Amino acid sequence: MNTIQLDHQGRLKHFLGIEGLPKALLIEILDTATSLMSVTEQTVKKVPLLRGKTIVNLFFEPSTRTRTTFELAAKRLSADVLNFNINTSSSSKGETLIDMLRNLEAMHCDLFVVRHAAGGAAHFMAQHVAPHISIINAGDGRHEHPTQAMLDMYTIRQYKGDFSPLRVAIVGDILHSRVARSNIHALMTLGVAEVRVIGPNTLIPKGIATLGVKVFNRLKEGLRNVDVILMLRLQRERMQAALIPSVHEYFQYYGLTEAILETTHSDAIVMHPGPINRGVEIDSSVANGERSVILQQVSNGIAIRMAVMAMTLKAIPELKDTR
Amino acid sequence: MTTLSIIGGRVVDPAAHLDLITDLHIATGKIIAVGKPPSDFKAERQIDAQQKIVCPGLVDLSVRLREPGAEHKGTIITETRAAASSGITTVCCPPDTNPVIDIPAVAELLQQRAAHSGMAKVLPLAALTRGLAGEQLAEMGDLKEAGCVAVSNVLPIVNTEVLRYALEYAANCELTVFIHPREPWLGVHGCAHEGAVSTRLGLSGIPETTETIEVARHLLLIEATGVRAHFCRLSTARAVEMVKHAQTQGLHVTADVSAHHLFLTEMDINNYNSQCHVYPPLRTQQDKAALRTGLLQGGIDAICSDHQPHEADAKLSPFAMTAMGISGLDTLLPLCLHLAEEMSMDLITLLSYVTSKPAQILGIDAGTLAVGQAADICIFDPNDSWQLAPENMHSKGLNSPFLGWEFKGRVIYTLINGKVVYTLCE
Repeated sequence: MNTIQLDHQGRLKHFLGIEGLPKALLIEILDTATSLMSVTEQTVKKVPLLRGKTIVNLFFEPSTRTRTTFELAAKRLSADVLNFNINTSSSSKGETLIDMLRNLEAMHCDLFVVRHAAGGAAHFMAQHVAPHISIINAGDGRHEHPTQAMLDMYTIRQYKGDFSPLRVAIVGDILHSRVARSNIHALMTLGVAEVRVIGPNTLIPKGIATLGVKVFNRLKEGLRNVDVILMLRLQRERMQAALIPSVHEYFQYYGLTEAILETTHSDAIVMHPGPINRGVEIDSSVANGERSVILQQVSNGIAIRMAVMAMTLKAIPELKDTR
Repeated sequence: MTTLSIIGGRVVDPAAHLDLITDLHIATGKIIAVGKPPSDFKAERQIDAQQKIVCPGLVDLSVRLREPGAEHKGTIITETRAAASSGITTVCCPPDTNPVIDIPAVAELLQQRAAHSGMAKVLPLAALTRGLAGEQLAEMGDLKEAGCVAVSNVLPIVNTEVLRYALEYAANCELTVFIHPREPWLGVHGCAHEGAVSTRLGLSGIPETTETIEVARHLLLIEATGVRAHFCRLSTARAVEMVKHAQTQGLHVTADVSAHHLFLTEMDINNYNSQCHVYPPLRTQQDKAALRTGLLQGGIDAICSDHQPHEADAKLSPFAMTAMGISGLDTLLPLCLHLAEEMSMDLITLLSYVTSKPAQILGIDAGTLAVGQAADICIFDPNDSWQLAPENMHSKGLNSPFLGWEFKGRVIYTLINGKVVYTLCE
């Protein structure tokens, strides 16, 4: 499905989803991020890779964290950044997405970072945008959130090295999670030993097993012998819908507590895409504990987003195509 | 033109189980003879139909003309013209127009404008409840008097007591109820079949049960009220089985399927193809196979276009945000012919699903070439190969997932009441 993401040389043109991307390209993203990591550690946290380029953050859904990391990543690459607050923009006045695209194209922008409530929105924009413009998906409905998955892969590689022996568990609201889908695709492509999804049946989408994952309804059972625990955020509206009886009960059966953690591998790491609901999906002591790598994920997110921006805009010519 | 002969065509009339090369003779809008003309007959015009199929004009059980209320998508003139060009001579139009067909004036307006257009016979369905709101019964008796051939609510009726009374009252008026089986809550925000594909694409799912629960609820009430009922656009294997079982139990129920559900599945939305955004959603390969089997073994009685033309912008958004529906008039006959080929189905059987059987469901005198009937006729060339392209679609709506498909079989003439309303060559 995602061949639209690659140019005729097989290089990244858009970054819409992990599904369908070759393993070598995912590794290239991770390696590029590693090479850019040092930028964030310098006194002057800037490189001129995207000088003269204009990047537009088009967020149709509220998000502070993801938008900020994209903005920061763009600025560290010396790009000019525009942030569009869609709630107060023309889309709320009835302008179509296509009209908005055309207007932004007319402003000679180079890259759109898009978050949208509809699955496939970034894909749709990539299909209709002018050829010189790239699109990065910053989360489309419940479909994909590929940069989040890549920062998760970066973090896993940082702590675990080789992907192949790993058992990874993704816990919580799989049904609505774009993070889960992107992570499943990334983990399968990178060749981990096993991916598990854990949650109540109401939050497990139909047919998820066709993606190659094992489904568990019991947390303790699902976490047995895993190396990586990836907790998902439970959205407030899900808590109020009929999907779970109560936050209390959800935490009781699917919350990651110290007691549950003790039953897992002693070196299993705990991840979370944030923002955390303490006491809903994860206990505070676990989130702050020594096995938590949650803040490291945030730091890695900047480098990953820098890498993806630089790659889609072909600003890293020295990196060889390893595919 | 008052007298006309169609000479040398392969005349296929499913209602009479007739399939032979012969002539057809028409006078004052009616078929007066098949084979030899009456001794005193002299045709003022002859149509050479050699190597062509001559069949009854198609009867389409669901065509949104978009008028009144959405004329930017289509009008009675544009869409009946598209019907004529596709060999469709009778179209049945659901009541979800704006305003809704819940008062005689709207039904009369539709028919008057259709008569003015003269390119298809338009039969309105009346609303079952006022404004389709599912609360108060529509004036079904008056609507029948105004020309409505059946009743339908299109939208779900949530209150089962209202539904029961509506069915009872429709039975009282001797009106068939057209049912769109859709449970009001299951998959209410969905846009694609709930399954592996919707999960992978991150699209909200519409489960199979939204259809089967409603089929079950209606079947129980149909049994209790004795109403004659027709299920519209079945999409699941289970629902076909349920209707088939009800038919074997002697209930007065029939069902139809859209032509596109016989060809497309959830896999076709793979690339967020908004042309495949339809309701009911495209389901699985197994469902598609069961819909086809239902045609031959019971459960499905008719094929319709479920024509829903849209302007281009309506499909130009992310998948879930696009309007649902396919512009289906132009492809009804070609898809049916393609189906017959794929299923090794004889022409009489195939054509019965778009002529005699829908006419029977509506209880109208149409879909046959019997002597004495109105000369509503389709003549098509079964060997003419062509490709569907926007420039050769006749509907105002060009929203079709079949654009680019190669088809075999093309309409050459369409006649209504003996008058040629469409010809490919002239």
